[in-house]
Amino acid sequence: METLYNFLFIALPYVALTVFLIGTIYRYKGTKFKFSSLSSQFLEGRKLFWGSVPFHYGIIFLFFGHLIAFLIPGTVIAWNSEPLRLVILEVTGFVFGLSALVGMVSLFFRRTTDARIKVVTSKMDLIIELLIIAQIILGLWIAYGFRWGSSWFASVLSPYLWSIFYLNPNIEAVSNMPLVIQLHISLAFFIVLLIPFTRLVHLLVPPLHYLWRPYQRVIWYWDRKKVRNPKSPWSVTKSQNN
Amino acid sequence: MDVRSQVSMLFHLDKCIGCHTCSIACKNIWTDRKGAEYMWWNNVETKPGTGYPTKWEDQDIYKGGWEKKEGAGAIELKGAGKFKGLKNIFHNPHLPIMDDYYEPWTYKYSNLIESPAQDDQPTARPVSLVTGKPIDIKAGPNWDDDLSGSPDYARKDPNLENLSPAERDAMFQLEQMAFFYLPRICNHCLNPACVASCPSGAIYKRGEDGIVLINQKVCRAWRMCITACPYKKTYYNWSTGKSEKCILCYPRLEAGVAPACMHSCVGRIRYLGVMLYDADKIEEVASADEKNLVDSQLDIILDPNDPEVIEAAKANGIADSTIHSAQYSPVYKFVKEWGLALPLHPEFRTLPMLFYVPPLLPVMASLSTVKNKAQNDKLDPIAKKWDDDWLYDTSTDELWGTIDDARFPLQYMANLFSAGDTEKVSIILKKMMAVRIHRRGVTVGDLGDEKVNGALSDAGLTAEEADAIYYLTSLAKFDDRFVIPPAHREQAIEMLEDTADVKGSSGFGFTERPSRGI
Repeated sequence: METLYNFLFIALPYVALTVFLIGTIYRYKGTKFKFSSLSSQFLEGRKLFWGSVPFHYGIIFLFFGHLIAFLIPGTVIAWNSEPLRLVILEVTGFVFGLSALVGMVSLFFRRTTDARIKVVTSKMDLIIELLIIAQIILGLWIAYGFRWGSSWFASVLSPYLWSIFYLNPNIEAVSNMPLVIQLHISLAFFIVLLIPFTRLVHLLVPPLHYLWRPYQRVIWYWDRKKVRNPKSPWSVTKSQNN
Repeated sequence: MDVRSQVSMLFHLDKCIGCHTCSIACKNIWTDRKGAEYMWWNNVETKPGTGYPTKWEDQDIYKGGWEKKEGAGAIELKGAGKFKGLKNIFHNPHLPIMDDYYEPWTYKYSNLIESPAQDDQPTARPVSLVTGKPIDIKAGPNWDDDLSGSPDYARKDPNLENLSPAERDAMFQLEQMAFFYLPRICNHCLNPACVASCPSGAIYKRGEDGIVLINQKVCRAWRMCITACPYKKTYYNWSTGKSEKCILCYPRLEAGVAPACMHSCVGRIRYLGVMLYDADKIEEVASADEKNLVDSQLDIILDPNDPEVIEAAKANGIADSTIHSAQYSPVYKFVKEWGLALPLHPEFRTLPMLFYVPPLLPVMASLSTVKNKAQNDKLDPIAKKWDDDWLYDTSTDELWGTIDDARFPLQYMANLFSAGDTEKVSIILKKMMAVRIHRRGVTVGDLGDEKVNGALSDAGLTAEEADAIYYLTSLAKFDDRFVIPPAHREQAIEMLEDTADVKGSSGFGFTERPSRGI
């Protein structure tokens, strides 16, 4: 049992994070053409709405919920000190979880039934969608069966996650967790491991810089002013384009 | 004054015969790839008609281009932009889907060869190029070709707005029907909505020549450009998950060769040349009031012979050879010197750099008021709402009468080319008519000097100008129609880095195989 725990809660996280880091950097640098969200809205637009929108809003809320509880557990515990606020947080999280589940299930349904979408579906798309569905179901199960997750996550699991990043893994707490929670954690690391091999890479390039850049973009290949001026020595700066 | 150079285009619609050679030339070179089968970077539409994709001009549906809200000074993207775009990134409600264009297909020719001996003749069934399954073809490239007058296409043309019911019905009577062709490519706009809408920043305008391109490595399929372009000239490659658009054949341009669509044009309707413009004024011009839109868009183009402009251009690093090309640009002559051309749908506020000489032919012939019982009996009752006693008349004896009573309402042309201002179109048509009358005076000599000179002075042309227009319209040789600025090969090579691309690949400048992501 101890070997299994060591594998799941020490080896897997490190392997996952290493593969994730090296894999995504390689993919971004080496095969940039394949870096895309691979939208299929052009082939089918109506069913996508009922899948993509609830899934994305749900999963983004849950992602940041987990991230905040991991990074600043104190604030979550402080927020939860008032029972009403705890219930509000839990119910909200659960609703977003349901929304993500409904979205992902309908996306999976669309992917496996629509003739056009099947053409642009890879095996990895199906695998990752099934894993995400499983992960959301586990999460909802935990939220429903092991209350109140937001509090005990912040106080018990956040230290475990931190211990991984401090390179001093302490798995005592996770080893004593119920099986469902252990599965949820392991699957999370497994999904992180798979990110560089799936279309999930698009979550690493959210186009937020769009908010700050000017609307129009003009690229000069050469600085012609410098080229024309015989007095100033000029050096070629490669454009950022290729 | 921030002088920049722009390779701009001019299409002379009077000469377009609708042969689609341009479309085929483009298709063969650029878009005969998986995922791009449905794309026509160059297409030719029959007008009136719904076009490709269906009703692309109707921005209530597609939300393309820029809009100026009532009372607001600045313009904003109608269907995309920083907040609207990011908000809709998971599902873009205004995205045209494949059925708005058409589902590409081929035929199962193997059926014809492999069919066993039987009583019935084997058929090659159409199969979808997307799913590979048999399909019923519902639309295809140029599905409404020459179908003006049909209820499904011409009557749904968005440009029929502002036309009275009588005018509309008159347009579609078989006896009076007229149509013309509208070839379209990317306009390589000065204020491109696609560039502004791209969340990844993958789309950019090339500083050197103003060509608008999509960096295939940066595009992440957020697909806002497809909504934002009011001309629907960015296309989504469903296979690679990247957007693509007309590249104005820049590898050819850099080698001094005309773009494929222009080079292959049978009617020689296409002209290409450099224009200098003042980049400082783009925002101001794009935000102009509706009634000043056309004028201000033409005002941004600078006179390449003006010493001040030349000095500012040189200071901005524009090569002498480019300035020289601008001085001989056929596009400049048509657009600015002679005032014969207008942009397509200036009200979209993208400042398109593709200009059109509106067609005179559907205007010239009209129905004149002559009592003719036999003719009247043939007319549909609806047409009689317009007038009971009209007769088909193709004589050009009347100078301006035919323009004012055109069987093709000027309002329709104005909706296409001048944001609804019929006066702008009328001036151009009068000039074109005056050139014809002048040439008729020269070659046939049956009209008399007084009439010819009267026509010229009415239109504001001199005989020399009329001859120059005639030459560039009818006799122009290849080098007159395409004045391509030297790209300076040593620099052009740098633009490309790797030119060893082959047919069937997409993009330039990198050797990674353009295959779909995992």
